[in-house]
Amino acid sequence: MQTSVATKRDMSFSQAREEPAAVAAHGTVPKIKIRNLDFFYGSFQGLKQINLDINEGMVTAFIGPSGCGKSTLLRTLNRMYDLYPGQRATGEILLNGRNVLDADQDVNALRAKVGMVFQKPTPFPMSIYENIAFGVRLYESLSRADMDNRVEWALRKAALWDEVKGKLNQSGLSLSGGQQQRLCIARGVAVKPEVLLLDEPTSALDPISTAKVEELVHELKSEYTIAIVTHNMQQAARVSDYTAYMYLGEMVEFGLTDEIFIKPKRKETEDYITGRFG
Amino acid sequence: MTQTSALYRKRVRTNRVALMLSMMAMILGMSFLAWILVVLLYKGFGALSLSLFTQPTPAPGSDGGLFNAILGSVMMVGMSTFVATPIGILAGIYLSEFGRKGWLAPTTRFINDILLSAPSIVIGVFIYTVYVAQVQHFSGLAGSMALALIAIPVVVRTTENMLNLVPASLREAASALGAPRWKVVLYVVLRAARAGVLTGILLAVARVSGETAPLLFTALNNQFTSYDLNAPMANLPVVIFQFAMSPYENWNSLAWGGAILITFGVLCLNIVVRTMFRKKI
Repeated sequence: MQTSVATKRDMSFSQAREEPAAVAAHGTVPKIKIRNLDFFYGSFQGLKQINLDINEGMVTAFIGPSGCGKSTLLRTLNRMYDLYPGQRATGEILLNGRNVLDADQDVNALRAKVGMVFQKPTPFPMSIYENIAFGVRLYESLSRADMDNRVEWALRKAALWDEVKGKLNQSGLSLSGGQQQRLCIARGVAVKPEVLLLDEPTSALDPISTAKVEELVHELKSEYTIAIVTHNMQQAARVSDYTAYMYLGEMVEFGLTDEIFIKPKRKETEDYITGRFG
Repeated sequence: MTQTSALYRKRVRTNRVALMLSMMAMILGMSFLAWILVVLLYKGFGALSLSLFTQPTPAPGSDGGLFNAILGSVMMVGMSTFVATPIGILAGIYLSEFGRKGWLAPTTRFINDILLSAPSIVIGVFIYTVYVAQVQHFSGLAGSMALALIAIPVVVRTTENMLNLVPASLREAASALGAPRWKVVLYVVLRAARAGVLTGILLAVARVSGETAPLLFTALNNQFTSYDLNAPMANLPVVIFQFAMSPYENWNSLAWGGAILITFGVLCLNIVVRTMFRKKI
């Protein structure tokens, strides 16, 4: 029984799209389609022919050893690499059907739609309130009262409101590491992006803060499409619906998280997730 | 057992010698500095009085103070800081944030470094040639220009260095929200580095307030109190220079007083800068 279901929800997306039943059951509507993506740091090729669909309202996790290109892949989705000369991507990343790699794509508008939270907490050198209002003001002009509501809403989403509601005017840098990271998540959520990219969001956090962030991911996925890079296999298993295993810039295996962790198809994947890698 | 080995004893000896040499070098350098300060206090303390701050420079033999020189110095240093700060900060932002590719930024940085270490008398002569010689008179304005030219490279350098210290992750985080480049720089990067940038400005102020050579050719001096930037203007360094060289005792004493004012003014500024910087780190 399980086997047949597993085959249906196969990793290959050409197949997934041919299976309407699976689509209905798991809401597998691709939000982002990655096609033949290559990425170069100067002459070094960081990603090789990546093909992948990131489904709407789902959490997709990227796992793999250091340097395998998972962060690189995440950073192509909002064209973060554009900040650095010498980095370039070729192929297609279709967001809502439009190729974001096109030269005429407005990267700022793209990044407003595809938010990102980084490995290290990066609060801006301003108050907790302003940390969140900064991003919102970029694309919306809200009244003071609306802004207050938005800030509270975002902080509640990030499970931080109760801890900071009395000190919104204090510097964001005065918070603890775990709180800072949740502030960064609140900041990313506040601008109401369609996709949220999390680049090892808990690797600098203690277990309690990690648990809070993971709960958050669960909460947020009903409204956002989430892609998360993690070094922690248990975390990938806990929070994600889909998992991609990458190695040396290539997508080795992609599929439903349960299948990847219980019955990986490829030997390499199995070796990695069971810790026998290398 | 290893403590007593020959190798260990040799190492202890080498350590002692090196420590002694560096201590001696330190004492040699510091003693001259202390000597200067002691002489300055000893000779100049008697000149400190209220009239130093209220009376203009006197004729030989009569009573007076340094009011016109203090006023001129404050006006010219203030004016040059006012001009140099925005130019220096904007240029520093360009070098650090926007000039990553291409030849313009490295060239600018190179020229800025030359300007930073250029003898200040060269800058004085330059302003003399392009401005003073054209309008045919010395002026406080020309003095301010010369001081601004000295201050700008200092502000450019420190601004660039301080912005470079801001982690790239902060820029990425702001960009990731969809903020355009100029907002990232203005509201996030510059803000994160503001203590350091302010330090650069104060250091520039400290540097120019002691400059004598560029003012000799530009602001010259003025025996009377003048608020007119278009006329020759008194200033502390040049007054000190002239009064110290004079044979009149009251002028000599005023020169010592002026020297104390500048030295301790700059010292105070440095202390302020250091405490601000410490808070930042």
